[in-house]
Amino acid sequence: MTHITDLGVAAIRDGFRAGHFSAREVADAFNANVAAAGALNAFIVETPDHAIAAAEQADRDRAEGNLKPLSGVPIGMKDLFATKGVQTTAASHILEGFTPQYESTVSAKLWGAGAGMLGKLNLDQFAMGSSNETSYFGNVISPWRRPGDSAPLAPGGSSGGSSAAIAARLCPAATGTDTGGSIRQPAAFTGISGIKPTYGRCSRWGIVAFASSLDQAGPMANDVRDCAIMLENMAGFDPKDSTSLDLAVPNWEALLSGDLTGKKIGIPKEYRVDGMPAEIDALWEQGIQWLKDAGAEIVNVSLPHTKYALAAYYIVAPAEASSNLARYDGVRYGLRELPDGAGLQDMYAATRAAGFGAEVKRRIMIGTYVLSAGFYDAYYTQAQKVRTLIARDFDLAFQQCDLLLTPTAPSAAFALGEKSADPLAMYLNDVFTVPTSLAGLPAMSVPAGLDAQGLPLGLQIIGRALDEQGVLNAGLAIEERAGFTARAGKWW
Amino acid sequence: MSNYRIQGATGEWEVVIGLEVHAQVVSNSKLFSGAATAFGAEPNTQVSLVDAAMPGMLPVPNMECIRQAVRTGLAINAEINRWSRFDRKNYFYADLPQGYQISQLYHPLVGEGEILIDADEKAGIMEAKRIGVERIHVEQDAGKLMHDQHPTMSYVDLNRCGVALMEIVSRPDMRSPAEAGAYVRKLRALLRYVGSCDGNMEEGSMRADVNVSVRRPGEEFGTRTETKNVNSVRFVMATIEHEANRQVDVLEAGGKIVQETRLFDPDSGTTRSMRSKEDAHDYRYFPDPDLLPLELTEEFVEACRFSLPELPDAKRARYVELLGISQYNADVLTAEVETARWFEKVLDAGAEAKQAANWVMSDLFGALNRLGKTIIESPVSPEQAAELLALVADGTLSGTLSKQVFEIMLETGDHPGKIVEERGLKQTSDTGAIEAVIAEILAKNPGQLEQYRSGKEALFGFFVGQTMKAMAGKANPQVVNELLKKALAN
Repeated sequence: MTHITDLGVAAIRDGFRAGHFSAREVADAFNANVAAAGALNAFIVETPDHAIAAAEQADRDRAEGNLKPLSGVPIGMKDLFATKGVQTTAASHILEGFTPQYESTVSAKLWGAGAGMLGKLNLDQFAMGSSNETSYFGNVISPWRRPGDSAPLAPGGSSGGSSAAIAARLCPAATGTDTGGSIRQPAAFTGISGIKPTYGRCSRWGIVAFASSLDQAGPMANDVRDCAIMLENMAGFDPKDSTSLDLAVPNWEALLSGDLTGKKIGIPKEYRVDGMPAEIDALWEQGIQWLKDAGAEIVNVSLPHTKYALAAYYIVAPAEASSNLARYDGVRYGLRELPDGAGLQDMYAATRAAGFGAEVKRRIMIGTYVLSAGFYDAYYTQAQKVRTLIARDFDLAFQQCDLLLTPTAPSAAFALGEKSADPLAMYLNDVFTVPTSLAGLPAMSVPAGLDAQGLPLGLQIIGRALDEQGVLNAGLAIEERAGFTARAGKWW
Repeated sequence: MSNYRIQGATGEWEVVIGLEVHAQVVSNSKLFSGAATAFGAEPNTQVSLVDAAMPGMLPVPNMECIRQAVRTGLAINAEINRWSRFDRKNYFYADLPQGYQISQLYHPLVGEGEILIDADEKAGIMEAKRIGVERIHVEQDAGKLMHDQHPTMSYVDLNRCGVALMEIVSRPDMRSPAEAGAYVRKLRALLRYVGSCDGNMEEGSMRADVNVSVRRPGEEFGTRTETKNVNSVRFVMATIEHEANRQVDVLEAGGKIVQETRLFDPDSGTTRSMRSKEDAHDYRYFPDPDLLPLELTEEFVEACRFSLPELPDAKRARYVELLGISQYNADVLTAEVETARWFEKVLDAGAEAKQAANWVMSDLFGALNRLGKTIIESPVSPEQAAELLALVADGTLSGTLSKQVFEIMLETGDHPGKIVEERGLKQTSDTGAIEAVIAEILAKNPGQLEQYRSGKEALFGFFVGQTMKAMAGKANPQVVNELLKKALAN
């Protein structure tokens, strides 16, 4: 029999229901993997007891014939979600030791569906980063390595703890959040799947805010079906979030189908960027062939304002972040630095200087600058206009097609340290994922192949607002044809 | 027009005043959280996770607060914006947990309206005047710092944090301290009528930022200063008085007015500089991304309109035109909603309007004044008052007796009927008894009778007085008059 930790969400759920193993066995197996994977630094806090308690409950529930959608399934929780009684840090020093007395809506839904928590996953500090190098608790190391090279690679970011943990079989699925690509890019870097649903599908209540108009929770897992199962148990209307969509949650898993007959797939020409490796171009072409094979028709489309997306994103997101992070001031919770004789302003300065990392400070400063008097119109107002134009680009494209296919990221995983000195190079990682975030559309990354160095590459499918089903189905069509079975060899 | 002028050494100056009134919305819970809003509760007991700005918390608009602001807008005939939006005003302070205040800069809920202030010749307001209101927007209040709890540290109480405020911004239409005072009083009265704010300036549920500038009459506006958080009508007027004179002194000495924020010191009656324009915060306003634009349906606005009570100007007109109450009495009776409500309860209980108005204005107000009580605290209920007035109207009590009965009512809280019954204060119209007393009086005073009959008719009052006295004031004066005339004519 396959080892339990090789199984995904659907297989664990079904195997548990069929009585092939107990939930406790599942929890123990994953807890053991987590405990043995300290070298990856994927978790900030490990919570084996939580996983065990949920598993024991699941075993009792099964005995009573009271099965829940995720009974028996332990998962990882990105440490951006507030978890009652369990430290929640957003990978920052300023929230180190902060233990919420409340549970985020998304995590509460997952626990309510029977899932257990293996631990709180590492991430880029306040979800700001594409490599996990901005975490105060040290960077996550990808389980993937270049053949014959032990140089540590980035697991992507900001949901790098989630991606690394799934790729290394420390958990069958995890939550992520995506503001400009933080689910999709790490999924691509580690050979797993991840979906950012339509903005408003998942409640933001209890998720430490980065950029409110862009932040959206979503699942990361081994395959498309597991993503669908997870998303069904994360999404849903929440009256505590004014931007939450008051819509029923579809049965995404039940309606999964890799048959794309009648679907039109758009290929946006603006995503062929200069300097993109030929193998990514080739993979994209391969993806087109797979979708044709699944019955889809391919059309060329244009998203003319794509080239302004990254600039607009790096105005809007920092602007919101500069305001959202003002609450970390040392007054009520978290870190307080109070030098001798310090007044209020000194306390603010000392606390925030010590509590925030360099990238977070950089974005707070950018955001403060673009919102200040005299610059607001030139930056923030312009960026909002660009955002409207980008959304309109997608609207127009979706008059010609049902879904879009693009690469997820312009490269495979890079080595840690390779880009950290150059913020702009780092920001370019988000070039394919940011436009969808600005438009609030659903998009997912599925593993599609390996580059010449043997590292995973992902393809991105973008759908119309609320068409997660279309996105998942096209993802499934690629998954069925790509036959992606590569695994990171265990070295940790 | 106001003829208020400051006489400077170099000539006359006119004062230009605009007010930004912050009015706390009456609501059981805060603008964006479910926390309660009780005043005077123990520190930090009225605080939700949202108010304390815990990580990941989100604001959700409380529609009751929005409804109250819309009703207030309708009460000043203002435009209600069907589409408005919340903005963040960013600044750091310990009483502001989020690090920003959610307010409405760019698209306020309520647009242009106006407030009518009445002529008050004694105060120099020669005729009624319309003061423009530029806008009303809703925003969050901040918490409070407590500096007296620890030798080196300040404590913070977040109870008030997140409570809904309406910021009511006037046009710079006022020209004297008296006009500003009248505006604040009228606004407060309106808010109380509408029920959107209790108008309690002592508890801080209503406070004003006072913008003052001076100019030569007819010239362009001068540079203004803004004095923050003035918390009584008297202080608003004192602020203007002091600030206008200060500005005149500066200008006449060849100086310039600096656009700045000032504070009023109630002890000295003066203002002092808090910060200049150069030190002003850059609030980095931008639309709050946690909130969707606020869109109001026609039904919602109409329901707000339907829920409004009769407002003071309309009520006063009705009192004068339909009830025949004098202009002065109508002014006083409608000035405060509590008075009008009390008065109308008397009418509802069957009293005649003019009689009731006169009684409330003289007897009731006199008594309350003496007792140091407000009308809400009146020991006599409107229903009891109506009963008393009915006893006067049907002749059971004379004017003098009714005053006696009212005094007893104030002391005991008893019903007038019961008092009249128990103490035998009932006025008598029993002609036999009165005739007997009259006969006795005439017999006792032959001299006066003689004089009267020989033409000194002014003595009629003497006989009335003697008769009433003999009957301990309980005789019906009208019956006494008639019977006396008859007896004297014999």
